[in-house]
Amino acid sequence: MMVLSEPRAMAKHIEPGMRVALPVDYAGVSMAMTRPIIEHGAGDLDLVCVPTGGLQVDQLVGAGLVRTVETSAVSLGEAGGAPRFNAAVKEGAVRLKDATCPAIHAGLMAAQKGSPFMPLRGLIGTDLLRHRGDWRVVDNPLADGSDPIVLIPAIKPDVTIFHVPMADRFGNVWIGRRRELAAMAYASRTVLVTVERIVEENLLADEMSAAGVLPALYVTAVARAPKGAWPYGLWGEYPPDSAEIARYAKAARTADGFSAYMAQAQMEPA
Amino acid sequence: MAEVLPREVLICTIARLLDGVRHVAVGASSPIPAAGAMLLRAMKEAGGAVGPRISILGSVEHNFFTNGSAELFDCAGQGRIDAFFLGGGQIDGFGNVNLVGAGDYPRSSVRWPGSFGSAYLYFVVPRVILFREEHTPRVFVEKVDFISAPGVSPEGVFRSGGPIALLTGKGLFRFDKTRPGFELESVHPGHDLAEIKQATGFRFAHDAEPRQTALPDRATLDLLRGRVFDELAETYPEFAAQMRRDLGAVDA
Repeated sequence: MMVLSEPRAMAKHIEPGMRVALPVDYAGVSMAMTRPIIEHGAGDLDLVCVPTGGLQVDQLVGAGLVRTVETSAVSLGEAGGAPRFNAAVKEGAVRLKDATCPAIHAGLMAAQKGSPFMPLRGLIGTDLLRHRGDWRVVDNPLADGSDPIVLIPAIKPDVTIFHVPMADRFGNVWIGRRRELAAMAYASRTVLVTVERIVEENLLADEMSAAGVLPALYVTAVARAPKGAWPYGLWGEYPPDSAEIARYAKAARTADGFSAYMAQAQMEPA
Repeated sequence: MAEVLPREVLICTIARLLDGVRHVAVGASSPIPAAGAMLLRAMKEAGGAVGPRISILGSVEHNFFTNGSAELFDCAGQGRIDAFFLGGGQIDGFGNVNLVGAGDYPRSSVRWPGSFGSAYLYFVVPRVILFREEHTPRVFVEKVDFISAPGVSPEGVFRSGGPIALLTGKGLFRFDKTRPGFELESVHPGHDLAEIKQATGFRFAHDAEPRQTALPDRATLDLLRGRVFDELAETYPEFAAQMRRDLGAVDA
């Protein structure tokens, strides 16, 4: 049953050592959850970026909460490299599970179907594959001749966290065409969602909205967090605040600069 | 002949390399490849033909996927994407691409964002164009430090795609997967073979006197400076404005 919650209470679902899935910067990142997660302080997290990471990943790494990062890329987009992530890589402070976008999607798809793995083309001959002990090459059993193919094990996050425009009071969540959010939710045990607003009407009652809904069945808790993706943008709602992302990129070049940025009075969305 | 900006030469070269594709995908921050694809579409439509479908990742107006960020890759796996662009922190003479970092993995001395979709798309998109404006020995190396995506695959490995060309700020190379290796096809105006040799860390085949990269004709330039820059401004306003400022400076 969905619980109407608030970000600080939702952060308590995260326990040390959990595997946490986070969406790509344009799909709906719950930046509103970042500080509550850091305040809550559960560490040794294994992050899964679906399929790439940015600001939120950099801040969780900078706060020292992250053990491994499974991702196809981490960057701040136009603002450049992710400074705390890059520093942690250089120091060997986080373990990397470098991937490629469709491999992350394939792992979630396997979990969605309750299958142990999903085969994926490509990858053979890459150093990604060479460094991934959990990916296996098998011979396609359905081919006539030899046909090597990579198996990607199911990715089953403990927690998925994202931000979308709205939920209804029954816990149904509007994800529009950002279907990767559904894939993450299907694969995860716990799903925490922040929203711009909570609406009265049942989103499943109208066929037009129902097609873009993640049903409450998959949703653990919802919290209202206006401008909750800021400084990222939210599709259909508001654009990214690139000046603020650039300000962070500059500040977080050093560990001290990062701490000072994060210690500022609660950031108020512009 | 009107003066042609170096980036206009790149855009027009990309349009030529894309000729014949039905569907081209362009990465989120790739205004020059996007402009090349839009130019090809404008040229086809001006000639009464159907232009290519263009998917720009991260754009709302130029993105018709409804199945999340997985759909691009599914689409490519189904053979529905004919062309794509890849850059790279390092690219070597075998067409290997490194998007992960320089130095010893995993503690790279310089870490780049990561491989994105390259380890898949390079295998399944028939016409991958390697594009990197910076043409220096630190980018074009003898051997990459990390293979995000390999230029060629051994016999027996499923491979319906791969690199066909490498376009840089100095010249255009064709990729020959049988050798495998690059061959210098043409040199952009203002550059020469000696300079390109010095700026390239890998060996490549070339004619004794390579020809100059073809320049666009008046009609193509008009389309580019009109319709294409207008369309481009929707997704890359800063880039389109800069191109128009640069053109203004040339005219003045």
